[in-house]
This record gives sequence, structure tokens and C-alpha cells, in this order.
Amino acid sequence: MLLFIVFALIAIVAAVGVIISRRPIYSALFLLLNFASLAALYIMLQAQFLAAVQVIVYAGAIVVLFLFVVMLLGGGELNGILDPNQKPGQRFGWPKIAALVLALMMVAALGYGLVSGQLFTGQGDATAFGQGGVQAIGSVLYTDYLLPFELASVLLLVGMIGAVVLARKPE
Amino acid sequence: MVPTSYFLVLSAVLFAIGALGVLVRRNVLIIFMSVEMMLNAVNLTFAALAHHFLQLHGQVFVLMVMVVAAAEVAIGLAIVMSVVRHKDTTNIEDMNLLKG
Repeated sequence: MLLFIVFALIAIVAAVGVIISRRPIYSALFLLLNFASLAALYIMLQAQFLAAVQVIVYAGAIVVLFLFVVMLLGGGELNGILDPNQKPGQRFGWPKIAALVLALMMVAALGYGLVSGQLFTGQGDATAFGQGGVQAIGSVLYTDYLLPFELASVLLLVGMIGAVVLARKPE
Repeated sequence: MVPTSYFLVLSAVLFAIGALGVLVRRNVLIIFMSVEMMLNAVNLTFAALAHHFLQLHGQVFVLMVMVVAAAEVAIGLAIVMSVVRHKDTTNIEDMNLLKG
């Protein structure tokens, strides 16, 4: 329970840091912290394989890609949440009102769910769930989910070709 | 033993923070990072409910979301780079080529 509170606080603080940092490089590093604490939460949920994949794919590949692009485009200082160049009428325009309404709705739904509802209890097979290891998840992935697995590989191939084509310098 | 609802609340909070970032920030890289945080919050929901119901299908879904997120980041950052090469800005207000 203590570990959950610690990692949840780290995740929330890092998430807030991503959206309030003025330099994009700090945002990318806060994003790394967020992904790492989520990997710790996956271990708490007995999903060790997912935690490993989270560290490799998100904290490894995606954050490095973000840092690469930030460095390439120049990580200069940006306007923060309150943009001083905006006119005062724009400063509290529709995006911030929409964000406020969304946040209030989320808090209301959370409060309702916590006060009124309880999830009904699990009915799965604890031995098949295993310890979240590679064997259990692999046997599901290669039997029940074989077609989505193959389609995911095609998607990655398309993504790779598309990235190469889009990022190439025009002739 | 941490109750499942705590994980759901945490992921809802992270999703709300990500949505806030998408709506409030105007830099396209920060918006991308916020979208990634939202995808991660959904992944946490899947993993928490997979643990709650002792079913592995949720974890398989998390893997699929990760594949889509990786492809999305590769394509999206390539688009950002080609737009920056063209217009020399990362501010999303200035990317209005398709505006009617």
C-alpha cells in the first residue's frame, strides 16, 4: 500500500511536470519518470512482462525518439500554460474552459464511482493467470490472439515505412 | 493488497492530466507527450482490471496498445519534422494549411 502511494504520487507529479514545463526537454524527462513509475505499478499488478515491455518500449524507444526530435528541432524555451503573448480574451478561451469542464466531470464520476459502486469479484482462473510471466501471456497471444498479433506486425511495418518516407528530405 | 479501484482512480487522474495537456498546451511535441500519457493511463486500467478478474486478455490488449502507440509516435514525429522543415514552427496554431 505504501509502495502504491509512493509510485502513484511520482506518476501524478511527473504527469503534471510534463504539461507545465516550459522547456520540452524537461517535459520529455518528466515523461520518462511517469513511464518508469507506471512500470513499477505494473509489477504490483502481477504483470511483470508488461513492466519489462513498458521499460523497453516506452521508456526506451519512445522517450528516446522524443528526445531526439526535441534536440533536432532545438529545445528552446516555450510559452507555458499561461501564454503572455495571447490577448486577455484568448487567455481563457474555449480550450481552458473545455479542460476545466472535463476535469470537473472526471472528478464527479470518480466520486460517484467510489462512493456508490463496488466492482464485482473476479471469476478468472488464478493458475492460468500465473505470475504475469512470458509463458502465460505468450500462450494466450499465440492462440486466441494470433490474428491481431500478425496484424500488429503489419502495422509496425507500415509505421516504419511511413516514418522513413515522411521524414526523408524532399528531392 | 491495494484495491483495484485505487488503480482505476489513478489512471483516471493521469488521463485527465493528459487531456488537460492536449487542450491547454500549444506546442505540438508537448501535445504528443500528453497523448502518450493518456494511452498509458488506459493501459494501467487494462492491467488493473486484468489483475482484478484474473484474466490475461487485458494484458494482451495492453501489448496491442503499445504497438499502436509506437507506430503512432514514429509517424507523428516524422510528420512534425516535415512540417517544421516546411513552416519552421512547432506551435500548433500556425499549422493551419488544411484550414478552409
